[in-house]
Amino acid sequence: MESTQQTESKIIELKPFTDEMIVNMGPQHPSTHGVLRLELRLDGEVVREAIPHIGYLHRCFEKHSENLSYPQIIPFTDRMDYVAAMNQNWGFCLAVEKLLEADEKKDFEVPERAEYLRILICELNRIASHLLSFGTYGMDIGAFTPFLYAFRDRERLLLLFEKICGARLTYNYIRIGGVSEIIPMEPGSVDEQNYLDEVKEFLDYFEPKIDEYNDLLTANSIFSERTMGVAVMSEEMAISYGATGPNLRGSGVDWDLRRDEPYSIYDRFDFDVPVAKNIPELGAVVGDCWSRYKIRMDEMKESVKIVRQILAEGLPDGPVMAEMKAVRPPKGEIYFRSEAPRGELGFYIVSDGTPKPVRVKGRSPCFSALSALQELSRGLMVADIIAIIGSIDIVMGEVDR
Amino acid sequence: MSEILSESFLPKINLQEGTNWAIDFVKKTILPIFPDFPVQSGSVLVMLACAGIFVAVVPLLPLVLVLAERKVAARFQNRTGPMRVGPWGTLQTLADGIKLIFKEDYIPPQGDKLLFLLAPYVIFACSFAVFAAIPFSQKIIVSDFNIGIFYIMAISSVIVMGVIMAGWSSNSKWSLLGSLRSAAQIVSYEIPLGLSILTVVMLVQSLSMSEIVGSQDGGIFTWLIFRSPFTFIAFFIFFISSIAEVNRTPFDLPEAESEIVAGFHTEYSGMRFALFFIAEYANMFAVSAIGVTLFLGGYEGILPGYDFLGGLPGFVIKSLGLVFVMMWLRWTLPRLRVDQLMNLCWKYFIPISFFNILGTGVWGLIFRNDDVWSIGISCAIIYVGLIGAYTVAGRNLARKPEPQPSSV
Repeated sequence: MESTQQTESKIIELKPFTDEMIVNMGPQHPSTHGVLRLELRLDGEVVREAIPHIGYLHRCFEKHSENLSYPQIIPFTDRMDYVAAMNQNWGFCLAVEKLLEADEKKDFEVPERAEYLRILICELNRIASHLLSFGTYGMDIGAFTPFLYAFRDRERLLLLFEKICGARLTYNYIRIGGVSEIIPMEPGSVDEQNYLDEVKEFLDYFEPKIDEYNDLLTANSIFSERTMGVAVMSEEMAISYGATGPNLRGSGVDWDLRRDEPYSIYDRFDFDVPVAKNIPELGAVVGDCWSRYKIRMDEMKESVKIVRQILAEGLPDGPVMAEMKAVRPPKGEIYFRSEAPRGELGFYIVSDGTPKPVRVKGRSPCFSALSALQELSRGLMVADIIAIIGSIDIVMGEVDR
Repeated sequence: MSEILSESFLPKINLQEGTNWAIDFVKKTILPIFPDFPVQSGSVLVMLACAGIFVAVVPLLPLVLVLAERKVAARFQNRTGPMRVGPWGTLQTLADGIKLIFKEDYIPPQGDKLLFLLAPYVIFACSFAVFAAIPFSQKIIVSDFNIGIFYIMAISSVIVMGVIMAGWSSNSKWSLLGSLRSAAQIVSYEIPLGLSILTVVMLVQSLSMSEIVGSQDGGIFTWLIFRSPFTFIAFFIFFISSIAEVNRTPFDLPEAESEIVAGFHTEYSGMRFALFFIAEYANMFAVSAIGVTLFLGGYEGILPGYDFLGGLPGFVIKSLGLVFVMMWLRWTLPRLRVDQLMNLCWKYFIPISFFNILGTGVWGLIFRNDDVWSIGISCAIIYVGLIGAYTVAGRNLARKPEPQPSSV
């Protein structure tokens, strides 16, 4: 009897693991950035496994598209990544325009003025998107104040968007063949000058703020403790998971479609592509949460740079919309990708020559990035899961579509 | 022991003119009605009266502090804060309170009902019991124990029981995680907290709160924080540990909103939730008040011989100052992770605290009585230390992450 007791106690000593607890994080959770549900297998605070479950925001964008004409699909793209809707509009329009190019009877060219307006507004939208990412990331880590600072500045941007297209969130501004004319802005008119002045005023206000935010959050030692060296996504891993945009550059891959496969008129502008580097004196490792976050902070500066160049050149004269007949692409298929704030946004469109597409597929950058979460989070702590979700900057509307 | 206790339990008012007033009161009004009334327990009446004042006044404190917190946060964040209820939103907390009273009192059916009902009261009672030993002014102290600070430590440790009860009985995994975090945190940080209090106790050679304050009556330079370089360090350890004790940012892991929703009080609603909330703010004031009493001169003023209203305004202002610092930190700093929190406590605070105790012992040996010399040397060391720390920290601060060199 005594001996069995002894062996039992020995067995207990040899098994120091506690019971695992399965916890559902989400879909209603303050920091899963929407309706992501994570199934966590916890050993105390340590996460043994985090399995993401998606689909809570699935609205059948792709199926809907098969029953709509091409211009009618644009508002649906707004609802994909609602934080950077301009870029989603643009991505889709670019794909359709590319598809139309194959038409031998092609009779239109996107006007210069529209291209400038597109880049102006999309780069501002990129700033708005990264601001939101910065603010919510601060909140995920536990600092509430940066969130409100970010929203204060984002509010000014939303007002700018409202002035140009009448909407604050779902813009439907960029159309196939140009941009929307819903609020007329004659070339060289007072309206245009006023608008550009307001943009300039915002940039002058905002540019020093980036440094202020860097001082407040980026350089904060608690923040860097929480994010530096956490969830390192190596270069190979980032590429194999298909991570793009800031997540890819945060892993040290120097790749930006705006520079490497320039579409629209991006080749006319001078801007840098921030890429993460090891900073040993601070403790930042390429591919950690901090690097991904820092890339976004730096990209805001680059976007400011691009917009400043547009303001310096001024908007060219001419129409904002190409004269074109009904959008009826020829038979064929196209995959076109553009650099949205969250990465490469691709649209695959199959056309049978009718005004409605046969198939539309959106390639979501967030979806690819989210797929890396399971591997990134293994063996970390609950608090780190939140840090990862924030740093890969997902928008569930785009993941689920 | 019983002799000491019976004396020590008498409120401080008892030792002065207050007792006579109370005994007179008993003789004139109560004796005719109850001839058997023990006259000597008049002091007990005073104690009860004091306690009554506290029970009435202290719950109002969170009411003010909640509003203050919201206004302070609003200032930090370019907002106005609550503005609708009452002038400048001053009645907002009251409105919130009324709302909470009328809310449904939900008890999770799968939970442990008894513990669930009990937990808020444990926390509430403990956080208010702490006020019994805090000397607000020369005369306002409910009970002047000779073991005052020991009592405070003991009572505030019981709070963790309430937290665990709340987390366990809710039958929610998030609550459980939160409460266990809280337990680990409070138990760990109690050690540096206790050790830094010990430095003060070693210098004053008393556990009584009024004696600790009494030893700081010679103006700002006799405040215990300046009396030796070690108490100076101890004050900061005490303050940071007490922030951890009351679960506020950057140590608010037990109720980390972005991680585990609301931690141990996730499942509570209505007035029970309000009790947690009130207790949190009462605690915040309590630890500030203890910090002021131990290190910043309590109700004694900056100049010696100051006793306007017995020092009450000075005491309250100093305590609110520390509360403000807590709010300031909360709305500026992000949150630590569990392992970092434990690192900070066990690897830094506890060794430093032991060093402090050793240092205080040596200091006490060298300067047997606090004279001008000891205080002068202490202030000089603190000054030099601060300058040195500033130079070192300044060098670190200059090493901000510069904008990363952009790519090719």
